[in-house]
Amino acid sequence: MNIFGWFTDPTNWTSSDGIPTQIGYHLLYSGIALLVALAIGVPLGIVIGYTGRGEALVAGFANALRALPSLGLLVLLFLIISPVVSGNLVFVLPTIVVLVLLAVPPILTGTYAGIQNADPDAVGAARGMGFSKRQILLLVQLPCALPLMISGVRSSTLQIVSTATIAAYLGLQGLGRFILDGRAQADFAEMAGGAILVAALALLLEFGFAGLGRLIVSPGLRRVAAKSTSPVATTVPTTVTA
Amino acid sequence: MGVVNWISSNLDRIVDLTISHVWLTLIPTIIGLVLALPLGWWAHRWGRGYAAIVGTAGLLYTIPSLALFIILPVILGTKILDPVNIIVALTLYTLALLVRVVADGLSSVPHDTVAAAEAMGYRSWQRLLLVELPVAVPVIAAGLRVAVVSNVSIVTMAALLGIPQLGSLFTQGFQLRLYVPLITGVVLCVVLAVIFDGLIIWGNKLLTPWRQRTVTS
Repeated sequence: MNIFGWFTDPTNWTSSDGIPTQIGYHLLYSGIALLVALAIGVPLGIVIGYTGRGEALVAGFANALRALPSLGLLVLLFLIISPVVSGNLVFVLPTIVVLVLLAVPPILTGTYAGIQNADPDAVGAARGMGFSKRQILLLVQLPCALPLMISGVRSSTLQIVSTATIAAYLGLQGLGRFILDGRAQADFAEMAGGAILVAALALLLEFGFAGLGRLIVSPGLRRVAAKSTSPVATTVPTTVTA
Repeated sequence: MGVVNWISSNLDRIVDLTISHVWLTLIPTIIGLVLALPLGWWAHRWGRGYAAIVGTAGLLYTIPSLALFIILPVILGTKILDPVNIIVALTLYTLALLVRVVADGLSSVPHDTVAAAEAMGYRSWQRLLLVELPVAVPVIAAGLRVAVVSNVSIVTMAALLGIPQLGSLFTQGFQLRLYVPLITGVVLCVVLAVIFDGLIIWGNKLLTPWRQRTVTS
């Protein structure tokens, strides 16, 4: 039960399925899922935020998804597509679909809530200056929405990274390999090593997003956010189900 | 094997798994709520405590559940298959979610209401228990609904470690390539989530009888 020994064993770092490789796979699956989720969530969020229609539908979808266990969903998708798809895709496809399904609602909610909560004075001022609707959206509403959008993407990323662990259950690579292989061989050090790596990756990303927010959100918006003492939640609550 | 056949021949096991699942969900939710009330009150009263508690809670929430299920035995000295790990992990998640909700709920109590209670001679603990907490119930109930529904789903991850509950039906479905156990597990999970959610909605209505009039108008 020597966790330190597992981390300092050089073969765990240099072998072809060692720690760097599995972190790489974990980030690869997560990255693909995040890109697909962004490609769906951001445009849809802009449409909903701009038109104000479809909010109830999104909220209902997000709530229903929270009740659906991701492990069950993963196995279900695998059973459905296994007779149709062959090769490695039979494991990759269900994994990516589950990750995308979990990641879309926070991005979507962050985007439309951000656009709707854009300071009406700023929007009014832009209109008064003769901005077209498109200019208002691109130059005023979207930059104003950035803090909430980042918060949504942060939630999605954390959700993806923690859920990507269960990809190993279908036989894929990633940090979940250490947890499940360790479990199968009753090697607790390996299990704990994998668990610590997943937790560290999640915490690292959390801090990364805090830094990113500071870097790209307009300083003017930050001052407003810091001044407001309103206890109303400005972040989309993260629900980690994996 | 037919659906009815499988379910009837495995009924005892399904009932056992469901009962385990209910306990693994309810115990942490209740302990989490009980702990979140004083901690949330403290965060609400002491400004700097709010940032510290909400920040810590946020970090706790980022730790993936499967990882927490494995890291906790190292800290607690429990065995990996001990259901206590699941209960402690979910208690931490529930607490992390609700402490902020309780603090925000108490802060959302209108200032006039608090002032009126003060003018009527309520002591601070009376004001908290008889005025502020009841007024904050709807906000806390909303947070509790999110917590309990998430907990039903997070418990299933323990199947990957071999701790029996409804998630065990998912792993069985995968191993045998069978839809029936899998769907049975998913449906029972959703049913449990809907029941717990409904119970909280009902409890909220029961605890806030004054809201009915305003809601229906």
